[in-house]
Amino acid sequence: MNNEQRRKERLDRGIKVRTDGLYAIMSLRELCYLTVPRLVLIVGMLVLPLVMPSMYWQRVISIVCIYAFLALGFDFLAHFVGLVCLGGAFFIGVGGYLAAILNTFWGFPPLVTIPIATLLGGAICTLLLLPCLPLRGVYFAIVTLMYPLVLMRIIEALNILGGTDGIMGVASFANRWIEQYFVIVMVLLFLFGLRRLVNLDIGLVFRAVKDNDQAVRASGMNITFYKAIAVFVASALGCLAGACLVHMYMWSGISLFALDFSILPIAATVIGGAGTVVGPVLGCFILVPISELLRAFGTLRIVFYCLILVAFIVFRSEGIMVYGQRKYHQFERWVTI
Amino acid sequence: MDILIYGTINSMALALMALGFALVYGISRVANFAHGALYVISGFVTWGFVRALGVNYLLSIFLTMIIIGVVGALIYQFILIRVRGMAISEIIASYAIGLAILEGLRWGGFKGMTYTLPVFIEGSVDIGEIPVDFHRLVVVGIGAAVVAFLWLFTHHTRIGLALRGMAQDERAALMLGIDSDLMAVVAMALGSMLAGLAAILLLPLGNIVVEAGYNVLILAIAVCIVGGLGSWMGAVLAAFLIGFAQILTVKYLGSHYQMVVALLAIIFTLVLRPSGLFGQQKELEERV
Repeated sequence: MNNEQRRKERLDRGIKVRTDGLYAIMSLRELCYLTVPRLVLIVGMLVLPLVMPSMYWQRVISIVCIYAFLALGFDFLAHFVGLVCLGGAFFIGVGGYLAAILNTFWGFPPLVTIPIATLLGGAICTLLLLPCLPLRGVYFAIVTLMYPLVLMRIIEALNILGGTDGIMGVASFANRWIEQYFVIVMVLLFLFGLRRLVNLDIGLVFRAVKDNDQAVRASGMNITFYKAIAVFVASALGCLAGACLVHMYMWSGISLFALDFSILPIAATVIGGAGTVVGPVLGCFILVPISELLRAFGTLRIVFYCLILVAFIVFRSEGIMVYGQRKYHQFERWVTI
Repeated sequence: MDILIYGTINSMALALMALGFALVYGISRVANFAHGALYVISGFVTWGFVRALGVNYLLSIFLTMIIIGVVGALIYQFILIRVRGMAISEIIASYAIGLAILEGLRWGGFKGMTYTLPVFIEGSVDIGEIPVDFHRLVVVGIGAAVVAFLWLFTHHTRIGLALRGMAQDERAALMLGIDSDLMAVVAMALGSMLAGLAAILLLPLGNIVVEAGYNVLILAIAVCIVGGLGSWMGAVLAAFLIGFAQILTVKYLGSHYQMVVALLAIIFTLVLRPSGLFGQQKELEERV
């Protein structure tokens, strides 16, 4: 009888173990080990617009960044706080309409409207979602799925805010380089900011809320308060995306509540690697250009990324980034047992 | 009087849409977000049989039900079963499947042209002073029959009892020798067939359009949530509640608000009483 079985053994690389603590950095090699992946990301994103062949593709990069904001927000809420929000379009819509109103009615320039729309929009979204915060899992997901639809129907029904025509004549950025680099720098800032946030004390509380909220409650902390903070961060990200989008297209309308804004960031998060913060951004950089290439096929692209999404969720639920991190940090070898 | 009649018809339509969703969720705890897509696709399959291939109407209804049941079972067997128990992955996966089907149909050119199904019985009858066409009466009749059939099925047949056992306590059901995976596949197939039946009954009243998929999904979810997820009697009662509410809003506020009513019903129910009117209280699972 052959009882020999093989299994894959994974071990951390020595260099990973040594560089885990800040004071362990002894050599240039270890320094490189830590900084190179981050530098590749930062420099890569900053150089990307310069190497794009045409203005069309530069615009695509901006759209990638818009989706990256949403995906960051989704990843943060779903995998660090445990609130699955299917309504990314709600944040985009609120932020977009706020920026459009501030710009067209009061004439603020984009660099004023965007911060205001971000903060005010985040506050408004948090306030509207506040009653739903005690909900969990499926229930929260369903409610957030409904929010953009409700808002859309209400705008349609009451014919307010330009009704189905939307708000025209929103100012654009001063020039396209400012537009391009504004979103890229913001994505980088929020990316590293969120990474820092989830490793702070408050990040620890967030993860505790996700894993066992009763324990957090038992420690005398107000769960709803922490959830509200997390929702504020995520919705502010979404509103920032919406405000940038409105100024890019110089138009704000009901299509801001479109399904794309809800489903694509989720797909990007699943593909990029859930719970890694960087993964969703990477996922956007893969998915959005593909969907632009497929634009000629019309709605077939939605079919396409739905299928990718299902395939990833069913067969490779860890995502690209987790896989990459494993390869980077660990040896693998076969051992017989 | 017209409110009463059209409210009943509307409610029965809602109940038909929602029963499939409620059945699947009640038994396998999978929120089947592909429900709307299954509804629309069965409309198109029937259309294909009747109008394109010229098959007998009754036969094509029968064939459609079988096909849609198999499709549902396949979706469960090959995709959803792998993410079973992870609520979020289930939702995302089934939503993505539904979206893929709907947008695929839209891409495939099933829009613009009018796709209609023939009504069962032509003509109309006056009840009081209000004319009601026969088909709507058929909808109410078959809807009531389906509810009765489901009740009998789940209370007096082996499979039905096994399904209920699964819904109540999966582990205990497993110990009694009920194959939970098989039962979940059966439930999904049944739920899909109910979606197909609803489509065949309701679509002759209008055109078959892809957008109906989203609306049906939202209405089904609204009814199930208001009635309590997993509770069938609750779903039927909630269908009447929302159905009459919708007819009243259309009459007094305007048809734009019809969907808003359903959506607000969901939000209010979830915020005030997440387990719905008749859901089993599982406070700890649904809210903090």
